Amino acid sequence: MTQLTRFRASVRIMPRRGILDPQGTAVAHALHALGFTDVGDVRIGKNIVLDLSAPSASGADDAVRNMCEQLLANPVTEEFEIAGIEPL
Amino acid sequence: MKFGIVTFPGSNCDDDAYRAVATVLGAEAVRLWHKSHDLEDVDVVILPGGFSYGDYLRAGAIARFSPIMQEVVAHANRGGPVLGICNGFQIACEAGLLPGALLRNADLQFISQPVLLRVERTDTLFTSSFQHQQVVRIPVAHGEGRYVAAESTLEHLEDAGQVVFRYVDAAGEPVASANCNGSMRNIAGIINEAGNVLGMMPHPERAVESALGSADGALLFSSMLSEVSA
Repeated sequence: MTQLTRFRASVRIMPRRGILDPQGTAVAHALHALGFTDVGDVRIGKNIVLDLSAPSASGADDAVRNMCEQLLANPVTEEFEIAGIEPL
Repeated sequence: MKFGIVTFPGSNCDDDAYRAVATVLGAEAVRLWHKSHDLEDVDVVILPGGFSYGDYLRAGAIARFSPIMQEVVAHANRGGPVLGICNGFQIACEAGLLPGALLRNADLQFISQPVLLRVERTDTLFTSSFQHQQVVRIPVAHGEGRYVAAESTLEHLEDAGQVVFRYVDAAGEPVASANCNGSMRNIAGIINEAGNVLGMMPHPERAVESALGSADGALLFSSMLSEVSA
């Protein structure tokens, strides 16, 4: 029987380049108003942290990738990146 | 001809949609609960507006997994008519019934106001009662209604005549100032290639009697009533 390990995965989801991110634009304006005039483009995404059991780190990576493709990210508007998979 | 109106946790326009078809149109209508697997032999499914599952993750993303949605998708794939209004449009996109996605309005505001739409197609079962290029007044009420799709998808939608409603000014022109939420190509509503699934951000069920400020939305429901055979 395969030994399962608990992993904690972190997924970063960002709006696709070229798609207007009005939240990012509003925050950029606010930063400029605060005097951070060197700030250029700002984009806002989300970070999802989830725990799962898998036989290996690569197995966990595959599972999380599937989750992203099927639910966590919308491929029309978002890009995802698995930022980390650590054993618990 | 029987309408079925789905209620998800967080739907809040299901009563309005029910009233539009049952009371105003006098059509047969039933309410469908999200946990049910039974479409109760309805001919048309309406996915109403609201904030299903709190808009968690993305608007419409979780509703797609409701038991009833499996039946709605099967119904649509059999050619059964489905009308997605506002959150229902978001759900239809998330469920893959329609291309594209609805994102946060360009100005970040929740917009609740009457808007003008141009009817681009009158040869659909949802729009046969309208005049070609008719400009109608129907309210919007959404925070995430900015239609977005890949350029190739937009080209395909245009070529195939799948854009059914566009935000326009009083002259009927799709100008930027009339584009309340910043949608690509002023798109307010689209239909699938087979012509049986329509998604739109504006709320026709809120414009079915002159007492509501406009009765233009009633034409959409009466189109379905005359075009869909029981």
